[in-house]
Amino acid sequence: MPRLNSAADLERLRQEILAQRDPNKPCVTICSGTGCHAYGSEKVAEAFIKEIQRNGLQEKVDIRRTGCHGFCERGTIVVIFPEEICYLRVKPEDIPEIISKTLEGKLVDRLLYEDGTGQKVVHEGEIPFYKHQSRIVFGSNRFIDPKNINDYIARGGYSALAKVLFMAPEQVLEEVKRANLRGRGGGGFPAGIKWEATRNAPGEIKYVIVNADEGDPGAYMDRSLLEGNPHSVLEGLIIGAYTIGSHQGFIYVRQEYPLAVENLAVALEQAREYRLLGTNILGSGFDFDVQVHRGAGAFVSGESSALMTALEGRVGEPRPKYIRTAVSGIWQRPSNLNNVETWATVPLIINNGADWFTSIGTEGSKGTKIFSLVGKVNNTGLVEVPMGMTLKEVVFDIGGGIPKGKKFKGVQTGGPSGGVIPEGLLDTPIDFDELTKVGSMMGSGGMIVMDEDTCMVDVARYFLNFLAEESCGKCIPCREGIYQMLKILNRIGAGDGRTGDIEQLEEIGEVVRDASLCALGTTAPNPVLSTIRYFRDEYEAHIKHKRCPAGVCKELIAYYIQPEKCQACLICLRNCPAEAITGGKNLVHTIDQDKCTKCGVCLEVCPPRFDAVVKLSGIALPEPVPPGTEVIRKRGREK
Amino acid sequence: MSDIALTINDTEVKAKEGMTILEAAQSASINIPTLCHHEKLIPYGACRLCTVEIIRDRRSRLVTSCVYTVEDGLIVKTESEPVVKIRKMLLELIWAIAPGAQSIREYATKYGINRTKFEIEPTFCILCGRCVRYCAEIKKKNAIGFIGRGIERRVMFFPDIAAEECPKCGECFPLCPTGVLPSNYAIAQMPYFTWEGKKYFI
Repeated sequence: MPRLNSAADLERLRQEILAQRDPNKPCVTICSGTGCHAYGSEKVAEAFIKEIQRNGLQEKVDIRRTGCHGFCERGTIVVIFPEEICYLRVKPEDIPEIISKTLEGKLVDRLLYEDGTGQKVVHEGEIPFYKHQSRIVFGSNRFIDPKNINDYIARGGYSALAKVLFMAPEQVLEEVKRANLRGRGGGGFPAGIKWEATRNAPGEIKYVIVNADEGDPGAYMDRSLLEGNPHSVLEGLIIGAYTIGSHQGFIYVRQEYPLAVENLAVALEQAREYRLLGTNILGSGFDFDVQVHRGAGAFVSGESSALMTALEGRVGEPRPKYIRTAVSGIWQRPSNLNNVETWATVPLIINNGADWFTSIGTEGSKGTKIFSLVGKVNNTGLVEVPMGMTLKEVVFDIGGGIPKGKKFKGVQTGGPSGGVIPEGLLDTPIDFDELTKVGSMMGSGGMIVMDEDTCMVDVARYFLNFLAEESCGKCIPCREGIYQMLKILNRIGAGDGRTGDIEQLEEIGEVVRDASLCALGTTAPNPVLSTIRYFRDEYEAHIKHKRCPAGVCKELIAYYIQPEKCQACLICLRNCPAEAITGGKNLVHTIDQDKCTKCGVCLEVCPPRFDAVVKLSGIALPEPVPPGTEVIRKRGREK
Repeated sequence: MSDIALTINDTEVKAKEGMTILEAAQSASINIPTLCHHEKLIPYGACRLCTVEIIRDRRSRLVTSCVYTVEDGLIVKTESEPVVKIRKMLLELIWAIAPGAQSIREYATKYGINRTKFEIEPTFCILCGRCVRYCAEIKKKNAIGFIGRGIERRVMFFPDIAAEECPKCGECFPLCPTGVLPSNYAIAQMPYFTWEGKKYFI
């Protein structure tokens, strides 16, 4: 690989790469992000290679394994350029048909996206899931093979760096500050102001850090960005380092993200070969290199001071931050930490200008945000939307609403430290300050949709359990307070809730919020306090009436076979794993409540035409029918 | 070192630059409760009992006085309503894990607490880290450390180092605010074999 000695060299290289590539040459791109990988994208890619060879098309067709496209619900995703034909849920056995039909200029109808009305959608960009998004940060993923730096350069990669290296650092800082880029990791602190603090902090040695310790359950935005487009993060980091005056960077990435670790290593290696990292980058005289540090699986290490402690080689524990890490971070040296998405946004701001960036979004929150839209929603996946879009638009226009015609109940944003936002507040725009106002937060971008079958006490319990395990245990309010709150939630869920429990949860929650050392503790009560705020009646039903309205809390529900509806088909009896169902041919089936483990299999398997099994909560069980009671056959089924 | 003037509980207090609020208060004989702070050790900020309210630019904020450094013109309230609310809750939480400890009893009495609403589940250790930090910072031996995370966190003597160092030292024992440390140490006396003058642990 040639060493790039100037911005002109980079541009020359880009022209060379483009000259070798025919934009009209067909290219099969196979999403190889983590989601599609789990669906078997590697086998799909191999099948394409084999089939293309079999047809002798090696010279005529390119194959590219790209990063995550976002529509993870429908993986493996295959997009055929230049037409941008998008096939979903592709299996290896579909490949011969795709190749032969494509050669004939035809489409494989069954693999196209179908909207609710039976209308087929051919092009990726026209699928409603993508149509309502603005994928400025995440969109490049689908064109780039993350293991090939030339793909990134061909799309103008590193041109922002080339521009910056010949600007005064003050100018770059001014641009980032003017863009009002707020931290995408959760806090929403303006990146420009943070950079300035580190830049102005006394000391020769300064550090820049990528926080890729993404740990929120169900969230994988940073993962997919690092896996799919590592160079965009790296370019942002080098720009930041130049602006701040740092010559050493760290990328703190979770060990649990093997593909991200692998692609990062390849990216760093390739960048070094082109001398986009190292000494005298692009002939500017600026030196900078990066070290990858793999995290050991502690959620709390995503907190900036804990992450820096871990980088020093000690246990990842937060410390009080009255002196900011921007001034005294790793080894007491000024250290600037930003999230993956924040860094990846920087090159876009440099290339397109702060005015372009501030034209997107709301007054206080500019640009776009990537969310991982998961839970009870039709289209799960990664979505990137402009700030200011309402939650309703995300859940219903992009997410396609709730599956099986169920009713929407709430959406949880901000990961385990966020809150649940109810239906009445669905018009809340995505905005750092607006989400905080309604008792939740932007967080790093987790968005979990919940339907009517979700119990809010159970949700609060789930997140608190996560936090109790992930608290580092250093400070008393977080360690002991969360534990005591969890104990109260457990007893409410078990039907042993007492009058005053809600008030006690609020009381402890407020102290944990006000007195904890780091953001893990100060935000930990959010899932409890927000669900109490919006779903207090549900807590009361658990405590006063021993009833779980959503039918989730096992100790508060019972499965019951309605004798007048039971047709003695034996299906539930045979499927019950606990052998808790008695009855027989022509005899009404009954559940032995002492043996029942409440797994719900009987309800699932009871044929809808009988609909005999019900879930009861908060009411006394009807007297069981005496053994040997014969069934009443439904009319029309009698001989 | 310039003098800094701040107000603590309506009293004007002079402090040196770099001092923490807690140190400034102590120098003026104003008592702020704390369980994890020790003058010889680097401020740690774990027990949160020393939380105080500060007013700066007419905005009120709760901060940890053992780590927050003094600023000119700072107004500090060490016993305001939100502060007392936090201390009461913390003392009840600590009571549940270290019932009977003298230091905790004394603070509890001061804040009018004579019981805890939480179930008593004693470990007798509040994980203030005084012993761990003393051994690491002053003695530089690391014979004792933390293990586990969150509610599983414990203080543990590392037998191979402790067997060598602790019998001749024991300086951390009196630092323990609950007095559990010596018994913790006794439990940690792991059996070992001696072979040719060297100790081997099983």
